[in-house]
Amino acid sequence: MSETVPVTLNGRAIEANKGELIIAAAERHGVYIPRFCYHERMSSVGMCRMCICEVDTGRGPQLTPTCMVAVAPNMIIDTESEMTKNVQQGVLELLLANHPLDCPVCDKGGECPLQDQAFSHGPGESRYIEEKRHFEKPIAISDIVYLDRERCILCDRCTRFADEVAGDALISFSYRGNETQITTFPDEPFSSYFSGNTVQICPVGALTAKPFRFKARPWDLSQQESTCTTCAVGCRIVVESSRDEVLRYMGVDSEPVNHGWLCDRGRFNFESVNSPDRALQPLVRERDELRGVSWNEALAAAARLINEARASGGAARVAVIGGARGTNEDAYAWSRLGHEVIGTPNVYSQMGDGLPADLLLLERATIDEAANATTIVLLAPDLKEELPVLYLRLREASEKKRSRILEFTPKQTGLTRYAWRSIGYEPGSQVAVVEEALADADIAAQLAKGNVVVVFGRMNLAETITAGVLALNRLLKAVPGSKLLPAFRRGNSLGALQVGMRTGPDGLNIRGVLQAAADGKIDCLVLVGADPLSDFPDTDLARRGLAGARRTIAVDTFLSASTARADVVLPACAFGEKDGTTTNLEGRVSKVVRQVSPAGNTRPDWMIASGLALALGSDLGYADVDEITLDIAINVPGFEEVTAASVAANPDGVVAGVPTAIPPVGLLEGVAPERNSYDLRLVVSRTLYDQAAGTAHSPSLAHLPRGSAVHLHPLDVARVGTRDGVEVKVFNARATVVMPVVADASVLRGTAWMPWNNPGPNVGELIDCFAAVNDVRIENL
Amino acid sequence: MTRLNDANQVLAREIIGRYPKARSATIPLLHVAQQQNGYITQEAIAHIAELVGATSAEVLGTCTFYEMFKMHPVGKYLINICTTMSCALMGAEQLVTHAEQRLGIKAGGTTPDGLFTLERVECQAACTEAPCLQANYRYRYRVNAAQLDQFLDDLAEGQLDAEIPAHGVVARVRQSIPVDRAVSVVAPDDVHEAPVWMPLSGTTA
Ligand code: SF4
Ligand code: SF4
Ligand code: FES
Ligand code: FES
Repeated sequence: MSETVPVTLNGRAIEANKGELIIAAAERHGVYIPRFCYHERMSSVGMCRMCICEVDTGRGPQLTPTCMVAVAPNMIIDTESEMTKNVQQGVLELLLANHPLDCPVCDKGGECPLQDQAFSHGPGESRYIEEKRHFEKPIAISDIVYLDRERCILCDRCTRFADEVAGDALISFSYRGNETQITTFPDEPFSSYFSGNTVQICPVGALTAKPFRFKARPWDLSQQESTCTTCAVGCRIVVESSRDEVLRYMGVDSEPVNHGWLCDRGRFNFESVNSPDRALQPLVRERDELRGVSWNEALAAAARLINEARASGGAARVAVIGGARGTNEDAYAWSRLGHEVIGTPNVYSQMGDGLPADLLLLERATIDEAANATTIVLLAPDLKEELPVLYLRLREASEKKRSRILEFTPKQTGLTRYAWRSIGYEPGSQVAVVEEALADADIAAQLAKGNVVVVFGRMNLAETITAGVLALNRLLKAVPGSKLLPAFRRGNSLGALQVGMRTGPDGLNIRGVLQAAADGKIDCLVLVGADPLSDFPDTDLARRGLAGARRTIAVDTFLSASTARADVVLPACAFGEKDGTTTNLEGRVSKVVRQVSPAGNTRPDWMIASGLALALGSDLGYADVDEITLDIAINVPGFEEVTAASVAANPDGVVAGVPTAIPPVGLLEGVAPERNSYDLRLVVSRTLYDQAAGTAHSPSLAHLPRGSAVHLHPLDVARVGTRDGVEVKVFNARATVVMPVVADASVLRGTAWMPWNNPGPNVGELIDCFAAVNDVRIENL
Repeated sequence: MTRLNDANQVLAREIIGRYPKARSATIPLLHVAQQQNGYITQEAIAHIAELVGATSAEVLGTCTFYEMFKMHPVGKYLINICTTMSCALMGAEQLVTHAEQRLGIKAGGTTPDGLFTLERVECQAACTEAPCLQANYRYRYRVNAAQLDQFLDDLAEGQLDAEIPAHGVVARVRQSIPVDRAVSVVAPDDVHEAPVWMPLSGTTA
């Protein structure tokens, strides 16, 4: 229990928490003090003066900005006195003096704190009749965000967010007095991954986001709380729609997860839900043409393909791949369909870019535990690129001096500059590097100091997971009591794995399936929201696997490179079109909701699985999605507490337990060979914006990926004898690609980094997924 | 090219070294940049941002807050005529008009030879000496039209070089003090003669 302080609020005795700001204490006790600049997730600055009230600390009532002053014993706060009212009216009159009052054409109108508080606390009339200040109406400060300086009340929320929360101080106040305005540096736009949050927290309509500008009036929107499934952080959102079209996501302040923030990719990729390119009706291939058919026809055709495959050599000739992009219910239905109905052990939800399923057996940390740990150890990819809001949480932990970050990474990451120690390593040498670190007295002392959470993920797609897992084992053994936060990337990876989208006895994982398919041993490949050509690191194997599988059934929202040649296409509902639950990387299960009708003739994945089961002669027995949630609670170890009722009752979600048994995943043995001095060790990892369907089909985001390139340390650029921006030949035994060089000091000497799945040459051509590591050589053209 | 030159970069690092936080050196470094080029270039801002570990946007914000930092080229001599109340009463507007005619530019402009920029400014805190003006922040008091002409002539001919350096040189501040000119606190009882800096700076001649 924190200490309390007795104060008087509007004549009523209350107990405030020690150190609490007056404005916050009042709010907790049901008294709303008007405010513009104050934001509970950021430091107070006292910029707007709207929160001024009369406060008596024993020297008589004084006008006090309540967002700047903490409660003190026996303070007397009066938020309703004549003086308070006068001052608040005065502040509003001043704020409105230069305000354009273009509410009728302003996107914020209807949900605008300035509008609302002018009504509730304002003077009603202005004495200011002179010409107002003018600025050019909205100017783009980034590709997504527009700024209307006439509307800005200079509250410092956006700039504080950019600096304090995101660490991207790319906007700032410039000039002085009447001329004060928000500016970017010329030619350096506000291209923060988190820019959309400023639009949400701007208390006026000064900042607007391109995807929502002039789309709807706030009062026409209907909304429900849901969970972003773009990545495995699972930020809480509100899905807003009008006329059955999703128009906006807003962040919800969830204490254990996202603190109200979202990344721009998650916030704006709703556009893809409305994309005209969606797969909207079932298709069946006939004489090399996909033809639109009814669901019954399509399901019958799919069942026929599966039965043919089973007849030709047993159920193991069918493989079901994917399922990590849907809900728990989707994954459970598909897992039952695969394991029970089809009877194949080859069911796998990860795309070869994830983590082994047996990691789920380890004791898991929550995001909160990680962000409050004494030491956060990162054996993880660049969280800023892959799990953006987790990056914000850990960055804050370091900035607020709660935690020290010890990072092991093959390339500097977004968190490197906040790390206590960042240790670079060449892929393949993880174990040695971790052991060496553990032997360091400072590091050992730090690890012994308190709670340790290890964030573990896939740091490099151009190497097997083996060395990483071995290094993780060393760490966990050396630091007893440490917990693991698995940095899964795809929305529901953990949920899909835990509810059953993983191999049965003797089953094949994705690599095994693709190899078997390439060898002609898989007759029917079912891709459930899976696109191996874009996601599986070894493009050559993906291509051979897809070509080798005789038949392909695709369940997806879009046709992808992998599914363009499918024999049957079963169109699936997108996010916002279906109900269910999703599991984030800490095992937190929360709701996703259907806010709009499914586009075209699409169905939720679980319903497709049920239909296909029926076509195969079995009944999964589900009439609605809640029945599956219940079935999961009954049957899946760790999900006992996760019922539709408990998830509905806990908006922040219910954390699922650790499963009891998962067969160990065979790690590929293999020692990283010494690197030849002419070679560079290949490091491939993801960038926030790539060619993933949700990004590529969202017009506001589609142009943001920076494109394939080979990033080298500046000294290596010189050593290779080329220059920044020049195209070079990058090759190894598998392939040759041509791409531009980027001189990049965040890359380790002796390594070459490439972004995954960006526009341009396909980096996966250079990767052998069976090799412990991959090397490349670079030559001038 | 218009980043800080090598000598100034060395100086910049020395200045940064004087502060516990590198960012605190932002304003001194903006002065260095202005001294180098006569105004502050975008490249210099980006360079300063790199040096102090801030973003360019933040340095720009600081820079534009202060009138004395110019983001565009100004003349060698910046002539600021005060037009606030006391000076206005004592004929500042006539003085501005006179200066405009004499220099052939409007207030706010720069002469084609790059010698003079003329500005109307707010109170310069010399109200008892109205009308007053500053040239590169050096005062001239109770100025009339004839004196203004003479003053501009003197500047153009370089007569006043010793007193009024080119724009950007705010003060001829020493960045480091030679040992023989250093002074330190002396206890009152130990004082037997005039402070060392008096003869050194020639004030007790
Ligand atoms: S743009 Fe909005 S958030 Fe930013 S300072 Fe202006 S009013 Fe505040
Ligand atoms: S961090 Fe992940 S879950 Fe959160 S908004 Fe971004 S994509 Fe969605
Ligand atoms: S809310 Fe307190 S000064 Fe703005
Ligand atoms: S009014 Fe001109 S100096 Fe004060």
